[in-house]
Amino acid sequence: MPRPDSSDLTRREFLVIGSTAVAATMVSPLVKGQNPAAPDAPSFLTKVSFNVNGKPCALELDTRTTLLDALREHLHLTGSKKGCDHGQCGACTVIVGGRRINSCLTLAVMQQGNHITTIEGLGTPEKLHPMQAAFVKCDGYQCGYCTPGQICSAVAMLDEIKAGIPSHVTADLTARPQLTNPELRERMSGNICRCGAYSNIADAITETAGRIV
Amino acid sequence: MRAFTYERARSPAEAAAAAARHPGAKFIAGGTNLLDLMKLEIETPAHLIDVNGLALDKIEATADGGLRIGALVRNTDLAADERVRRDYAVLSRALVAGASGQLRNMATTAGNLLQRTRCPYFYDTNQPCNKRTPGSGCGAIGGFSRQHAVVGVSEACIATHPSDMAVALRILDATVETIRPDGSTRTIAIAEFHRLPGDQPHLDTVLMPGELITAVTLPKPLGGAHFYHKVRDRASYAFALVSVAAIVQRDGTGRVALGGVAHKPWRVEAAEAELPRGAKAVAARLLEGAKPTHENAFKLKLVERTLGALLAEAKGVQP
Repeated sequence: MPRPDSSDLTRREFLVIGSTAVAATMVSPLVKGQNPAAPDAPSFLTKVSFNVNGKPCALELDTRTTLLDALREHLHLTGSKKGCDHGQCGACTVIVGGRRINSCLTLAVMQQGNHITTIEGLGTPEKLHPMQAAFVKCDGYQCGYCTPGQICSAVAMLDEIKAGIPSHVTADLTARPQLTNPELRERMSGNICRCGAYSNIADAITETAGRIV
Repeated sequence: MRAFTYERARSPAEAAAAAARHPGAKFIAGGTNLLDLMKLEIETPAHLIDVNGLALDKIEATADGGLRIGALVRNTDLAADERVRRDYAVLSRALVAGASGQLRNMATTAGNLLQRTRCPYFYDTNQPCNKRTPGSGCGAIGGFSRQHAVVGVSEACIATHPSDMAVALRILDATVETIRPDGSTRTIAIAEFHRLPGDQPHLDTVLMPGELITAVTLPKPLGGAHFYHKVRDRASYAFALVSVAAIVQRDGTGRVALGGVAHKPWRVEAAEAELPRGAKAVAARLLEGAKPTHENAFKLKLVERTLGALLAEAKGVQP
């Protein structure tokens, strides 16, 4: 986002600098997963490489790091949001190998070799993805916290309909599913919006589908 | 989450052998249930064996006209497979009735069978739970038990199995193929795969430690009209209070199984003989010996009415 005065620290940069200073004093053998006194001690670090928004990334991570935490805390792609951290809210939705998933419920080390697209990879402030533009036009959000997940989910959801994947409300399993309002509402049920912007989100998706399906 | 070591297995035999080498190890595939439970420290594996690299993601025709579904086939892909939609529609219907689009893209066929219960006392580590901590007691018995089991319950546990897919597999007479750490393989009928709680509710299935599911096989198609009716607190993305899977033939015979009422998908073959006599007769046999709590007795009536609606629909769609 453009800043009026680039010499000012953003709130995020301030927090990052502060936490780096703290972390530098806290590096311990446990964090490093290596105990020089016991060379056979198990390592809790694992190397992983994958591609995020077209860029190759190689990381060495605590095995517990979820894909969401790797994106936000290690790659500083903070568009994907942590809502519930249990796969219930959909705010962390990203697209892996063309499929939308909850990035909070997969480990980063499980994504070896995968291609990951986050909200940052769909469009830029200067060149919005059609779904992003439609969310702006249709007012498909209020606080905006669920929006990156909603948009990633909606983009991949339209591909699922194109691929003929059925849903709970598809009447005829052997026919091609259509993008009706009940279909898109059912298919988007994994993305919760506490502001309740659902009807405008549905409008934005319908508008985008009319242009790209 | 507790710290764990991690490896990527390259073959089913290697994965099973690795599990034997690491006591307390778990396989991880989709991770949608296991990671949720690990974050809450309900599951605390010391070692994870990532099986996503195993080539178990194909759906193949079998020699006797059925389908062999690889353990790693994602729920989305199984529900969308043209042969499944056409010949095993109850399975497609059950799959898309469960979870969300995102979760179905991750969750696997084997992992779906191995889901742990959604009992709130199992999830709350401050509460007693014989399934989570054997011998600690059951908070659900005498507690909030609206969503719990009504049949096949024990004094130790009244949890339900949360899977929709497994209920469809039960009426399709699926079989589960596995490999054990010593390299031997076996086939388990779906009816025998999930256990009743008895006095060992911490054991959900008959799998031995380190035993890895490699495939689920469906016998040749049964024909008939396929239904999966799920009743839940929300219209989408919620676990079943009661679900009914059914295949109804033109002559009124068929098969029925229930979800949301027991520790395993619930099918009583003898009850199916009552199908021509209607929902009340079938439900009475299916739920014989039921022991509901004061909070979930409504499930008995709900089963009968859901089955009644399903059978009425079946009559309507039969030519």
